Amino acid sequence: MIANYGYKDGSGDYFIAIDTDKCDGCGKCVEACPAGVFEVVDEDPNDPFREEPLIIVVGDKRKKLKYECGPCKPPTNRPPVPCIEACPHDVISHSW
Amino acid sequence: MAEEKKQEFWRWTESNWRNPDIKWEDAKIVTAGIDVGSVSSQATVMTDGQIYAYSNMRTGSDSPESARNALNYALEGTDMPESRIDYCIGTGYGRVNVPMADRSITEIACHARGGHFIYGPEVRTVLDVGGQDCKAIRCDEKGKVINFLMNDKCAAGTGRGMEVFADLLSVPINDVGERSFEVKEEPEPVSSTCVVYAKTEATGLLRKGWEVNEVLAAYCSAMAERIFTLIERIGIEEKFAITGGMAKNKGVIDRLMKIIGLEAMKTDWDTQIAGAAGAALFGYALVQKGKGRKK
Amino acid sequence: MIIAGIDCGAKNTKTIILKDGNIIGKGIALTGFDQAIAVKESFEAALKDAGINKKDIEKIGGTGAGMDEIKEADIKVNEIKAMAKAANYFFPSARTVTDVGAEMGRAAKIDEKGQVIDFAINEKCAAGAGAFIEAMARALEVKLEEMGPMAIKSDKSIPMNAQCTIFAESEVVGLIHAKTQKMDISKAIHDAMASRIVAMIRRIGVNKDIVMIGGVGLNTGFVHSLEAELGVGEIYIPEDPTFGQAVGAAVVGKEEA
Repeated sequence: MIANYGYKDGSGDYFIAIDTDKCDGCGKCVEACPAGVFEVVDEDPNDPFREEPLIIVVGDKRKKLKYECGPCKPPTNRPPVPCIEACPHDVISHSW
Repeated sequence: MAEEKKQEFWRWTESNWRNPDIKWEDAKIVTAGIDVGSVSSQATVMTDGQIYAYSNMRTGSDSPESARNALNYALEGTDMPESRIDYCIGTGYGRVNVPMADRSITEIACHARGGHFIYGPEVRTVLDVGGQDCKAIRCDEKGKVINFLMNDKCAAGTGRGMEVFADLLSVPINDVGERSFEVKEEPEPVSSTCVVYAKTEATGLLRKGWEVNEVLAAYCSAMAERIFTLIERIGIEEKFAITGGMAKNKGVIDRLMKIIGLEAMKTDWDTQIAGAAGAALFGYALVQKGKGRKK
Repeated sequence: MIIAGIDCGAKNTKTIILKDGNIIGKGIALTGFDQAIAVKESFEAALKDAGINKKDIEKIGGTGAGMDEIKEADIKVNEIKAMAKAANYFFPSARTVTDVGAEMGRAAKIDEKGQVIDFAINEKCAAGAGAFIEAMARALEVKLEEMGPMAIKSDKSIPMNAQCTIFAESEVVGLIHAKTQKMDISKAIHDAMASRIVAMIRRIGVNKDIVMIGGVGLNTGFVHSLEAELGVGEIYIPEDPTFGQAVGAAVVGKEEA
């Protein structure tokens, strides 16, 4: 499934989409993220029948993604985003 | 103060129901789903995957107590002892605080499965707009989640946002839908997404001579558009069904369906029990697979 | 040379009069629902304060959310530019500036001439602006000007779960019911807001000296929380930060019109 974590408020859409079918819970994104946005969990909270681990967006960070991800997304001269670069399976995408 | 007034949430009445055609004693597997939301709580008791009893009531200030009350209310008038329940799943905003739950599952998964149960296997898109959040879920023919998003950060598009406006305009929330259509011409939607700024905008409109109904219409229109942009992100596939409290607000829902260009599915079940029903069904499936409570 | 700068903001309209680079007059009026009237009132108040007539003014720069309503302006000044020049005017050592007003928050990275290198804006969401603190003051039943001093008395750090002004109001009511001390709640409110502004500043880079303008700069509790969250020492705030943008508009008016 595609799990979209984040929010939309007056200032825009800030969602991180995780393709759980492609995720194997390797955790490389967890290491790469300077803000601790991701964590690997053994059970998918949205799919009780899934047997493999996977990543989710940490509960505390979900409603502040614009701010948590801010340092990796400066207004100009934006380098590739570390979590997406680190993922070997094309699991993560950002809506902004 | 205003906050206190609106705590009296009377856009739906608390209710419980027992299925007259089921004898719980004949059931092989009995499961329960308890959905503790920010505003309302529901409990559903299923016998072999069929709804035996359910309840729908206000959430109190204490989540564990709300869960207990919801389950008691569902079992009230039945003679089923709680101990007969083989497996219990907690869901909703307060899901980690359901003391009698064997495990918790997110409302996303439960609303997909519950929506599937309530509306039938043709459902592919479920929209749930509750007190403090808005969820859009795409599911397959079995009610399994394929794609979802949830917004619980921002009040715009939620029941709470609607409440604030009803309060500002002194219109009982029950009447918002109808009154928003009692206008000569459909006005432009309010331009601010943010509820705080929309309030200022609405005050300005009233000063310019707009009628209360027109401002209501402008706000319902803005909410419908906002909910649309949220669900657009995951795509809308037929058939489309709506759960949660907002389903009962025609002012927003009718406008939303017009924007989408589809008819929403209809059901005789109370749309607010979708989460709890889905939770009970998950319980049933887990027990059947041998993953139930270790005796 | 006498120049005027008019900043028509969401809450207040401010006018500054500069003579040879010194502030000689200030005027302020509530913007309300009629921007044109507020501009006129604010401008006239500043003229009176400076003891001059409108014809004495060579150039007028207009900025702010309502800048299109400033018919008196010779030049419309981009708000980011005004903010940068304002910081440079007050503190030539400024390299980062943030402007937090009633309905928006901004930050810019600037050079020694007050030119903008990079900027970030937080608008259209009340949680990132002064409106947040105002709403919380109402929920706490405390006067807005008392919020800051109250927060400074607290040494607790209660995190707020809600990131939305509307949900935060409910959360504050919940904290009150749980008998949390008002000063601790006030601190929590300021900390929450400061963390959002700091996150915005971090996007463009934290380079000293850091300057803050805008009405929220008057809130000592907020400044306190901001300094703590940024962790780079003192933040420089002009004496009357509410007039920051108006000064910036005047400076740009002089340079460009």
